[in-house]
Amino acid sequence: MGSVIEVRHLQKTFGGHQVLKDIDFSAAGGEVVCIIGASGSGKSTLLRCINLLETPSGGEILFHGESVLTPGFSLSKYRAKVGMVFQQFNLFNNMTALENCIIGQVKVLGRSREEAEKTARMYLDKVGMEQYVSARPHQLSGGQKQRVAIARALAMDPEVLLFDEPTSALDPEMVGEVLKVMRDLATTGLTMLVVTHEMAFARDVAHRVCFMDGGVILEQGAPEVIFNAPKHQRTREFLARILDK
Amino acid sequence: MPQSFWGGVAFIAQKYGSLFLSGAASTLLLAVVGTAAGFLIGLLIAIVRTIPVRNTDSFFKRAGLKVLRGIFIAYIELFRSTPMMVQAVVIYYGVFPTVSADYALYVGMFIISINTGAYMAEIVRGGVLSVDKGQTEGALSIGMTHWQTMTSVVLPQAIRNILPSIGNEFVVNIKDSSVLSVISVAEVFFTAKSAAGTYMRFFESFVIACAVYFVMTFTVTRLLLWLERRMDGPKHYTIHGSQTVPEGEIKVREEAE
Repeated sequence: MGSVIEVRHLQKTFGGHQVLKDIDFSAAGGEVVCIIGASGSGKSTLLRCINLLETPSGGEILFHGESVLTPGFSLSKYRAKVGMVFQQFNLFNNMTALENCIIGQVKVLGRSREEAEKTARMYLDKVGMEQYVSARPHQLSGGQKQRVAIARALAMDPEVLLFDEPTSALDPEMVGEVLKVMRDLATTGLTMLVVTHEMAFARDVAHRVCFMDGGVILEQGAPEVIFNAPKHQRTREFLARILDK
Repeated sequence: MPQSFWGGVAFIAQKYGSLFLSGAASTLLLAVVGTAAGFLIGLLIAIVRTIPVRNTDSFFKRAGLKVLRGIFIAYIELFRSTPMMVQAVVIYYGVFPTVSADYALYVGMFIISINTGAYMAEIVRGGVLSVDKGQTEGALSIGMTHWQTMTSVVLPQAIRNILPSIGNEFVVNIKDSSVLSVISVAEVFFTAKSAAGTYMRFFESFVIACAVYFVMTFTVTRLLLWLERRMDGPKHYTIHGSQTVPEGEIKVREEAE
């Protein structure tokens, strides 16, 4: 299968600081890729560049072979196809859980309200949040918010979902409920790029694991290869530190 | 003409009562139109000023936005740095020299609107800054455009946060519309001045003006408080269904702050 997302020679500089040096990366349809690495290695910046929340300083990003950086490319349509789940949830605070999942479908996809509500309820049900349709974000716990955020992204029927440390802002007891939703998603054929510190998730669910260090993808491969026989010293050190605790 | 203070007040109120009432109507009209139009100007400027510019955008878009931003800043600084009374005279005699005094009210509405707009632009900008950047990113990430993001997500939250400042502007406008008397807009101050001139009773006339202003501003501040509470939405929500009773409903009520 051809790649859905392909990144070529991607670079990103903030001021004088080069966060992404030369990233080559691609993901095939239905693939679940976990991106691991130390803080500051550029994992989140890579995801944010793919969604164009950050404008790359150089390189190319292709979606089904078409460059998303060409002037005139419809960002709106692209982002509807490539959704994002944030560390800080970013649910709309002025709306209920249900409205959060409806608004994008109506405004961006042009669905009717009835159809959008049906889809929203279906996905809220899928993430186990159907009881809380009328609650506002500040009335929900972190894990509940993140599940609504995942439902909001799914309601757009995306081809790719980007997860930017989806469990890092959660209390330990809530991490499980979010990971469970993500495990279920991984079996549906959705392409998932997951930046995470949850090594057990990466080991069990990912088809491929990328280790990032200093703005480059240092090595990548099947989870058992990366976790059991990493080639690079940096990878070994990182895994030893994170798996030891 | 009675000599006592209260007698004078009653006399003037009786003679000029209907003029004071129509003056109050003009004052209120000026304040409502000025605040509403100024608010719209503020919103539009905030939306345009926050349009993201990328280095992949066309030269015309980038240059156009730069020019617009320059115009906005010039407008805001010019109108915030000069008194509305002076603006009124300059605009009335400079821009509308052929307009008869009968239409002074409309010129007044125009002046108070663009004056308020300059302040509102800054107030709305502050409101937009008060909304977490994550809200914008959340909206962009599902494909919403800048306009959709601003009107559906950011501005509703910003407006709630700046409502106290908007209320301030409204109250200020009720009172400051009095400076429009320099271009002979027949509002409350103008009416009090002519009453005072007719009967040579300044204290009594302006005490009536005070009362009229106070009633208007006090009513408006109460209304705004009510509106703020309404905008906060319901303080409760419903959990639909429970583990034992699927069709059950649990009402969750938040503690009042």
